[in-house]
Amino acid sequence: MPTTPIAPPAPHQPQEDPTSLLPKKLARARPLFDPEIVQRAVRASFVKLNPMTLLKNPVMFVVEVGATLTTAFLIRDLVTGAGGIGFSLQISLWLWFTVLFANFAEAMAEARGKAQADALRKTRTDTIAKRLGPGGRIDHVPASVLRAPMMVLCEAGDLIPGDGEVIEGIATVDESVITGESAPVIRESGGDRSAVTGGTRVLSDQIRIRITSNPGETFLDRMIALVEGAERQKTPNEIALNILIAGLTLIFLLAVVTLQPFSQYSVNSTGSGVVPSVVVLVSLLVCLIPTTIGGLLSAIGIAGMDRVMQHNVLAMSGKAVEAAGDVNSLLLDKTGTITLGNRQAVEFLPIHGVNAEELADAAQLSSLADETPEGRSVVVLAKEKYGLRGRHIPEHDATFIPFSAYARMSGVDFAGRQLRKGATEAVCKFVAERGGEVPGYIQEVSDRISRNGGTPLAVADGKRLLGVIHLKDIVKGGMKERIAQLRRMGIRSVMITGDNPLTAAAIAGEAGVDDFLAQATPKDKLEYIKKEQLAGRLVAMTGDGTNDAPALAQADVGVAMNTGTMAAKEAGNMVDLDSNPTKLIEIVAIGKQLLITRGALTTFSIANDVAKYFAIIPAMFMATYPALGKLNIMGLHTTESAVLSAVIFNALIIIALVPLALRGVKYRPLDAAHLLRRNLLIYGIGGIVTPFPGIWIIDQIIHALGWA
Amino acid sequence: MTATGVLQILGFFLVLLALTKPLGLFMARVYEGQRTFLHPVLRPLECLLYQLGGIKEEIEQRWTQYAASLLSFSLFSFLFVYVIQRLQAILPFNPQGFTTKKTTPDVSFNTAVSFMTNTNWQAYGGETTLSYFSQMAALTVQNFVSAAAGMAVAIALVRGFARRQGTTIGNFWVDLVRGTVYVLLPLSLIGALLLCSQGVIQNFQAYTTATTLEGGTQVIAQGPAASQIAIKQLGTNGGGFFNTNSSHPLENPTPFSNFFQTLYILLISAGLTYTFGVMVKDTRQGWALFATMSLLFFIGAFVCYPAEQAGNPILAKLGIQTGATIGQPGGNMEGKEVRHGIAPSALWAVATTDASNGSVNSMHDSYTPIGGLVLLFNIQSGEVIFGGVGAGLYGMLLFVVLAVFIAGLMVGRTPEYLGKKIESKEVKMAMVALMACAASILMFTAISANIDFPKDSYWNPPGAAIANTNNGGPHGLSEILYAYSSGTGNNGSAFAGINVNTPWYNLTIGLAMLIGRFLIILPMLAIAGSLVGKRYVPSTSGTFPTHGPLFVALLAGTVIIVGALTFFPALSLTPIVEHFLMEAGQLF
Repeated sequence: MPTTPIAPPAPHQPQEDPTSLLPKKLARARPLFDPEIVQRAVRASFVKLNPMTLLKNPVMFVVEVGATLTTAFLIRDLVTGAGGIGFSLQISLWLWFTVLFANFAEAMAEARGKAQADALRKTRTDTIAKRLGPGGRIDHVPASVLRAPMMVLCEAGDLIPGDGEVIEGIATVDESVITGESAPVIRESGGDRSAVTGGTRVLSDQIRIRITSNPGETFLDRMIALVEGAERQKTPNEIALNILIAGLTLIFLLAVVTLQPFSQYSVNSTGSGVVPSVVVLVSLLVCLIPTTIGGLLSAIGIAGMDRVMQHNVLAMSGKAVEAAGDVNSLLLDKTGTITLGNRQAVEFLPIHGVNAEELADAAQLSSLADETPEGRSVVVLAKEKYGLRGRHIPEHDATFIPFSAYARMSGVDFAGRQLRKGATEAVCKFVAERGGEVPGYIQEVSDRISRNGGTPLAVADGKRLLGVIHLKDIVKGGMKERIAQLRRMGIRSVMITGDNPLTAAAIAGEAGVDDFLAQATPKDKLEYIKKEQLAGRLVAMTGDGTNDAPALAQADVGVAMNTGTMAAKEAGNMVDLDSNPTKLIEIVAIGKQLLITRGALTTFSIANDVAKYFAIIPAMFMATYPALGKLNIMGLHTTESAVLSAVIFNALIIIALVPLALRGVKYRPLDAAHLLRRNLLIYGIGGIVTPFPGIWIIDQIIHALGWA
Repeated sequence: MTATGVLQILGFFLVLLALTKPLGLFMARVYEGQRTFLHPVLRPLECLLYQLGGIKEEIEQRWTQYAASLLSFSLFSFLFVYVIQRLQAILPFNPQGFTTKKTTPDVSFNTAVSFMTNTNWQAYGGETTLSYFSQMAALTVQNFVSAAAGMAVAIALVRGFARRQGTTIGNFWVDLVRGTVYVLLPLSLIGALLLCSQGVIQNFQAYTTATTLEGGTQVIAQGPAASQIAIKQLGTNGGGFFNTNSSHPLENPTPFSNFFQTLYILLISAGLTYTFGVMVKDTRQGWALFATMSLLFFIGAFVCYPAEQAGNPILAKLGIQTGATIGQPGGNMEGKEVRHGIAPSALWAVATTDASNGSVNSMHDSYTPIGGLVLLFNIQSGEVIFGGVGAGLYGMLLFVVLAVFIAGLMVGRTPEYLGKKIESKEVKMAMVALMACAASILMFTAISANIDFPKDSYWNPPGAAIANTNNGGPHGLSEILYAYSSGTGNNGSAFAGINVNTPWYNLTIGLAMLIGRFLIILPMLAIAGSLVGKRYVPSTSGTFPTHGPLFVALLAGTVIIVGALTFFPALSLTPIVEHFLMEAGQLF
């Protein structure tokens, strides 16, 4: 076997919260603190101390400058032999830790991606391709010389040398390297299953492939670059948030820088105390600037992409993930997403003079050889409703009539009986041809079934018409609840179907979607998306066929199925490697979770400052204005212990929140008002309250250990 | 607190509440160019002004053009006021024969900036410095147009939110004319007449010399006071006709005139919240802003008033009756007029600092530390609690941008307000405004708290900049901090207790006023320009709700926390420590 799967599939975890839209943790999730990843991240934390790298993160850059400053003062004091070295040393160390902790958070997020990229890279072995020359000549050349649009031949056992399109033949292909899914898939020329990916292996048969991408630009290359974060660009919202926290940093810089002259005035006017030292002022500054969010911001973004990846979805940019959170309308394909994909028999409707059991029996017999899901559902219904066990008909006694598009019915001839089931018109014609009687109301019954979103199948035994089977689209279990959840989250769900409007309306009603698009052609889809966007809505959709490409490109979030064509994959901004269209809902939830995590940690970070003021300000002026001691509501021991406790708390909170940043805050599909109330309570009020006991405990410990 | 005092504050608020909707609706119609009941009378005047100014009513401006018009108009206003002061000796209506001895270049610069920026910081004493012509042609005119300019900016910003995928945000000149003609002119006319009925003077006579009961002589200043006072309150200008502002009996003689003037301070700013609601087609949004402002107003009023009514604990310890009794207001009456009493004085002080008005009817310097802290914080929180006319609304919208951006993320969507996405440009501009104000207040105070000048130097004759304060210790620093806060906040009220009429203070406070005015207006107009082009995102149950109590609490919290985080270190060394020291028995 050629492949190292990206990660071994892990067992599904039990779902903790049945209402949660977030899917169960899937296949590729590594444990959050995988030892190998942690090691890698620790190393990277030090590399990232390089000021040129840190310059991209203004908040942590300020902390680094502060740490350098306090270290310089420490060295000066060491040289001159001044007192208070223990304090400066501890402050300097903790300030460096603050930077390292922030670096670690980012490195953790990146290391997870890098580990995945390495696993992928291992699969990129040097393949020898069978290039088809003029006149059918085969040259054996390294894959690296292949360029579009060369032709190659791949036989069973060959690695496909590059991304391309099957132009001749059909083969089973093992794509587990990309998808992690071990079951082979069919690739054939023409239609929507013609795309093949470099690095996957042909298991049977042979295919001719036209190469469509040059080395370095293949899907696998792009995937590696993406998971590695090499192409990572800051998303629009991340940029805006960076501006906000950089601005706050400047404001706090002003507040702290001007505090020095204010203290000078106060010291002059009271004639007591000293102006706070640079070490103390730097400590105050670092405590005030939003280091928590500043340190975790990029980790949150990378982790968001990573979470999408853990769902086996490849997001082409962070911007797409962010946009997913903003989606207003979800275009969901009916078949496979909203309904089970197959119609199922739900009822037998006999005509007058026929009892239901007779109809069920005939229906079951006619379906015994029908291996379609519809046929099997008829057998199952007859068994469940009338206790008719599936019987075995000896093959030599019977002639099975398979379904044909021309006859529009199927059935069996045996023991002198001609059992048929099929489209009402076709079966009625069959009966009439044999001189049977066709009651007029049969058409009404059929129409009624159609109107309710079902499909009528008439059943006949020779010239006797027996009745109608009601086949129905079955809405997936829990789908109605999910759609209701989406509505609460403010997302309209739109069902896309090729059915006629009557049928579509019935299923739409049953599933509870907000709108539907019946008899949808790709052009209709595109028009619908444009219309929604014109009304200011962001649209997400899934698609697989080449003719979906324009709509995928137009949609704000376009998820292409991996089984789809290359054109579809190019057009969308995400690729679902599992080709599961239901996942769109989960992607939206991940996008929202990403934004919520950012907002929550920003709020928390700013709210923390209140307590830090109460810790540091009275401590700073203990000598000048002992009366300010009344603000020392935490009762911190000394000036040094108060400042140190605040700095330590500030550093530790970053580490404490790394798991939250990487995992994202728990997302509940609530409406905005409830979400806001909940999150404001937890991260706003919680952010104000938490540091008080936190700083107090650290102060107790420091005091007990005699550090300050 | 006394029941009468509480009732006075609540009664005042109810009247303000009742007037908000009708006035707001009227202003919305005015700015949207619809016909109002005043059109038959005032439309010809409006048209005449357009003709005189060569203004094309129907042509709209992009934000850059709007900003350029506003800047050029402000520059012209500045030069106009400056020149009139410098030439007042040869100009008419000068019965007292004021020369330019007191209107030196630095005072004239400071005053010109002050009135052009709607601050009305007064480094000069009105009745001893300026001729009637200077007061009327230079200052009163600015009282109208600087207010109208502020309102215009607010309306332009609202259009940014209200319009969908547009390019223009209105026409500055048209907004300026409409605000002046339909809103300020009629209301100040009513105000002036009502004030005259209460005994406020309005004449062109020379000052009267009177003989007092003790036989001494007293010069009683005269002049066209009522007309300036009505607009000074209405336009949140605050520049008094007389030096002692609205504590002067000829400027504010009766309880009714006092009530009426307090009401006029907040009237237009309150009304504009409703105008906002009408223009964005969702009046709940306007009421949410009104509720936020009211909440912050009540917090201020009910911290300040009890502190003043409680008075000074040191006096109480000496056995002096500080409680209210019949015929005795009790509390801290230092610096307050007996005819007003504690609650109306505290209410006025809170209103005037909330609204960047700056007129006073009591001496803020004499407030208790906590009372003074409220006034100082009201200004430092950005003058958004109703705020200056227009300035309060656009200032509050700045905080809305911040609050929505931070908290809005917590509902899992890119933040949006009124269907417009709040993105980097908006955040950047809001931060520029916030930083500019913080920098101006903190840096200038820090410099003045330490800068040294030789005695009798040109820049500051008393010597070091702190030599100008009347008090030492934290109170002296409060006086400096208040001066720069007032200037930057375009408030114009004086804590007083500091001599600011020196070239150093005139220059730096003048700069603070310019920063506080234009480094907010320009970013806000840029936001308007960015928003107006954006697509409207329809609201759903997934949209962050920006009406209702939760949003009000969030917005009020943002205003308080941003203000507190920026100024807590400075405030802890000023009124906060002063309060603790007072409790410990030390006064300054």
